[in-house]
Amino acid sequence: MLIAVTSTLVFFGTLGFLITRAPGWENFKAYFFDWEIYRESFPEVAEAFQLNVKIFLIAESIILVTALALAVLRSLPGPVFFPIRALAIVYTDLFRGIPTILLILMLGFGMPALGVEGIPLDPVFWAVVALVLVYTAYVSEVYRAGIESVHPSQDAAARSLGLTRFQSLRLVVVPQAIRRVIPPLLNDFIGLQKDTALVGTLGVVEVLRQSQIIEAARFNATAYVVAATLFVAITIPLARFTDWLVARDRKRRQAAGIPL
Amino acid sequence: MSEALRIEDLHKSFGKLEVLRGIDLELAEHEVVCLIGASGSGKSTLLRCVNLLEPIEAGRIVLHGEEITGRDVDVNRVRRGIGIVFQAFNLFPHRSVLGNVTLGPRKALGLSKPEARERADELLARFGLADKRDDYPDRLSGGQQQRVAIVRALAMQPRLLLLDEVTSALDPELVAEVLAVIRELAAEGMTMLIATHEMAFARDVAHRVCFLDAGVILEDGSPEEIFGSPKEPRTRQFLERIVEAGRL
Repeated sequence: MLIAVTSTLVFFGTLGFLITRAPGWENFKAYFFDWEIYRESFPEVAEAFQLNVKIFLIAESIILVTALALAVLRSLPGPVFFPIRALAIVYTDLFRGIPTILLILMLGFGMPALGVEGIPLDPVFWAVVALVLVYTAYVSEVYRAGIESVHPSQDAAARSLGLTRFQSLRLVVVPQAIRRVIPPLLNDFIGLQKDTALVGTLGVVEVLRQSQIIEAARFNATAYVVAATLFVAITIPLARFTDWLVARDRKRRQAAGIPL
Repeated sequence: MSEALRIEDLHKSFGKLEVLRGIDLELAEHEVVCLIGASGSGKSTLLRCVNLLEPIEAGRIVLHGEEITGRDVDVNRVRRGIGIVFQAFNLFPHRSVLGNVTLGPRKALGLSKPEARERADELLARFGLADKRDDYPDRLSGGQQQRVAIVRALAMQPRLLLLDEVTSALDPELVAEVLAVIRELAAEGMTMLIATHEMAFARDVAHRVCFLDAGVILEDGSPEEIFGSPKEPRTRQFLERIVEAGRL
């Protein structure tokens, strides 16, 4: 304990010392860490951040479902389902490969410009669609890894009770798979959270765009630091929540007589 | 005695390896048949084939007069009537003991929640597991887990029970409690096909013993015949090795 504290102090002390001794440190500090500007820009940046949170929450709820569906389709056994598996693979390869920002630009500017009657014109709508398409591909791979990590004997036990293939998947395999992939799922969702900032490229005033506006007006980048603070502020509770979920599940499985 | 199960010329391969090379076997109602033989002789595969967990290449399996290896057979319906207990228990770790036992009756038999619970509670109480009802499998000893697995199979009220080396994964001191359960089921007249390495138990509980060797039933007879005066040299060899290992 003492050693850990000492070495931490020495390490960060040295690092801090070296950075603050850099010749450009004063300029750097003024440009990124102006407390005055931090306080003044906080309300505006925080307000813009609400849009990011909204996009994130909507996209995440959809992705949780679509990604699971895609993973299940890809796990279907037998030659009959080959076309479905092939389609799922093509989808995953394609949408994991396309840079997210490109898809957001293509859909956000492209779809409204098609001029098709009844098609939504709101770029935020299309940005959400783009994020869902890309992250469904990522998250389905996480789910799939989870499904494949459940030993086939679990499926055999379920099928031996006369459960159908789908019942076995829904009641036995998937519940175990999800419990195992909660930490990597969180990883992808933190990524998604940060990628909501890409929606700003469509001219929508979300947190990054708002920070840019403030930077341009005041010739100072402290607003970006405000945005960073906000992102971190929602990521940390989410990470602790995940830890808690995992710990609760472990405890429940090992504890006697705690009802569901 | 009426026939419960008839297996005719059953063949099964995994890739190029032919594991079962023409199995013929009949079980009467209320009969207990033990399959003995070295690891890899095909005992487990045979049981999995009977439960339709493995597709077969050739042959027929007839259960209570119905051919279950035909093309249009509803495998889920067939499996509901056959219980199987595995070597490694295969309990569902995310479900409590009660959740494990009620899953099949609720989802495959369509029982209501109270009905399924009542059935589960009755069986759990009978096998001394009533106080484990709300525990999760990880908390139980191996012997308790295997007894829960047996109860899970019994909750489906099967007419045939398949037991696949159910004591092989247990610590020696836990074997007895599981064997006691099987003895009780045999005494009640449950039809059972049991793959086992417990020779003393087989001699004690089985009406008939079949010696499997390289995918065929080499010798089939009463426990006295098989253990007392085996005809085939391979059977004798196998039993001698068992005796040397101190297992008989």
